[in-house]
Amino acid sequence: MGKGSRLLPALETALWPLMALIAGGLVFSLFLLVQGKSPVEFFALIWRAGFSTAFSWQNTLSRVSPLLFAGLCVAIPARLGLMVIGGEGAIVLGGLAAAVTGAQVALWPTAAGFAAMALSAVCIGAIWIGLVGLLRVRRGVNETIASLLMAYIASALFNHLVESVFRDPASLNKPSTLPLVDTLRVGMMPGLQAHWGVLAGIVACIAAWALIDRTRLGFAARITGDNMRAAQVQGFNVAGLIVGFTALAGGLAGLAGFYEVAAVHGSANASLISGVGYTGILVAFLARHNPLAIVPVAILLAGFEASSGLIQRRMDLPDATILVFEGCVFLIVLLSETVQGRMPALWLALKGPSR
Amino acid sequence: MTTDPGLWAVPIAVLGGAIRVSTPFLFVSLGECLTERSGRINLGLEGTLILGAMSGYGLSYLTGSATVGVLGAALVGLVYGLLHGWLCRFKGVNDIAVGISMMLLGMGIAFYFGKPFIQPTAPRLPSIPFGWWSDSPQLQAALQVNVLFLIGIALAVFLAWMLRSTRIGLTIRVVGDSTQSARALAIRPDRVRLWATAAGGALAGIGGAYLSLYYPGSWNEGISSGQGLMAVALVIFARWNPINCLWAALLFGGAGALGPALQSVGISEGYYLFYAAPYVLTLGILIATSSTERAVIGAPGELNITK
Repeated sequence: MGKGSRLLPALETALWPLMALIAGGLVFSLFLLVQGKSPVEFFALIWRAGFSTAFSWQNTLSRVSPLLFAGLCVAIPARLGLMVIGGEGAIVLGGLAAAVTGAQVALWPTAAGFAAMALSAVCIGAIWIGLVGLLRVRRGVNETIASLLMAYIASALFNHLVESVFRDPASLNKPSTLPLVDTLRVGMMPGLQAHWGVLAGIVACIAAWALIDRTRLGFAARITGDNMRAAQVQGFNVAGLIVGFTALAGGLAGLAGFYEVAAVHGSANASLISGVGYTGILVAFLARHNPLAIVPVAILLAGFEASSGLIQRRMDLPDATILVFEGCVFLIVLLSETVQGRMPALWLALKGPSR
Repeated sequence: MTTDPGLWAVPIAVLGGAIRVSTPFLFVSLGECLTERSGRINLGLEGTLILGAMSGYGLSYLTGSATVGVLGAALVGLVYGLLHGWLCRFKGVNDIAVGISMMLLGMGIAFYFGKPFIQPTAPRLPSIPFGWWSDSPQLQAALQVNVLFLIGIALAVFLAWMLRSTRIGLTIRVVGDSTQSARALAIRPDRVRLWATAAGGALAGIGGAYLSLYYPGSWNEGISSGQGLMAVALVIFARWNPINCLWAALLFGGAGALGPALQSVGISEGYYLFYAAPYVLTLGILIATSSTERAVIGAPGELNITK
């Protein structure tokens, strides 16, 4: 069979999500048509606001960073067969940790200050999602439900802390932590309206890919994801892998919180609870939990979100329009799982019995 | 009790709150109980709940009848449940993943169509004053019971009877315990699961209508924050028994009412932490009842939540 049999699955991996995306777009077009709205205008606006000019690319790129990390937070545990969907909690608490640490280290040298902020964000995120993995390993608690409950708990904890212990007395209408000093703000990448978090997110995606696809640890993880029992029989430390990978995922989500605070908001406040952790679920599923594929998918979804404002104004549609569109795409992507993996069989059938 | 009840106001308010807050938990958990007994999980009930809240409120506003709102919400929940059931029939489609996507899609659709209904006031569901015998306004307020709560209790008893003693109940249980045996008995598992999911969705839709039409009694985008999901966890705690769902729902309702009750007597310190009480309780219960060694006692054999 040679090359064809190896190339085809790879091609198929890329092809199906793309077709699912198009099919999801068609379903959503139907949704718009029923209401007398033009799908052509909708997609043209997404193109215009998200991708057509240098300016729109800036707008899109400025939203990519948290999506990259949030996508990784879903994709990394998913490779172990775990569906962790509460990345939002780690993002929110990571942001809070970064803001609170930033207030403490304002007088430190810049590099040390950044390191302390990022480290505390990573640690709190890793603990938060790692706990989900630990509960799964130790008590068999369903990770999907546990992680989402933890996300709700994180939001409540965040609101409580921001409005009491860590509240900046000067923030009257919108309770916030103390604003970061200018030296501890993450700046823009040269020539771009996008902060360094974008690059950090892309690096994290590449590193996660290398870890999963190029190391022994990642190999053990993939075996575990395919068949947990088999991995245990092989003598892999499945419990350690689960706790380690969920903690890694949470740490990355915490980093998203760090960049949101240090590059965008300047302090931790309610704006941090934005639901980006939930968009990350779609990012990971569209990327089929492949960290490298997360980069283009996150950029695509960032473009969708960037166009939301223009779509609201021009087409007189509510801000939830993008949510409905994303929901349609998500459903079709899941539905496409049923036809996946059947293309090689189709290929063989077309070639006839070759033995 | 004619004078100021002082700190007694807290347990009274928790009691009243338990009745008020528990109703949506009760409906969603009964619906999920039915679905899970057929061997499938619908995590999307959070989306169904919000969709039910929006459509119930919208229909009540448009028709002027809260009853129409509740029935409409049930219908919307039914259709949404059918969609879940239909998607899960396909080979290789994971019911938990579909649930997650339907949670997000449900919120999207509800916010999309719900925008015009945030401002206007719709007719609400009436309540029955069971506290007429008392002079205490607090107790009277606590015992304002909505008719849906009573229907929920009756439904719990009915479902328990149906699952135990009827042919339909037996069919659902067989499908839930073993797809193979169901096939051997010439039962079509997918069809049973489809309708069990649809019925579960209808109940969750009613739970949503209760949220927007009775308590808290308005439609906004923050109307449900995880009640649908907590109800799924609650079913595990209730060991897939409808009567236990009732007790669990009351317990959760009480936990959810703790924050507002304390606030009503002027304790606003740590309000958000009390707000988190039901989530912490759910997580604690999940930790206590799950196990790595064995499937949870009473779990339907085909359910992949406990494996």
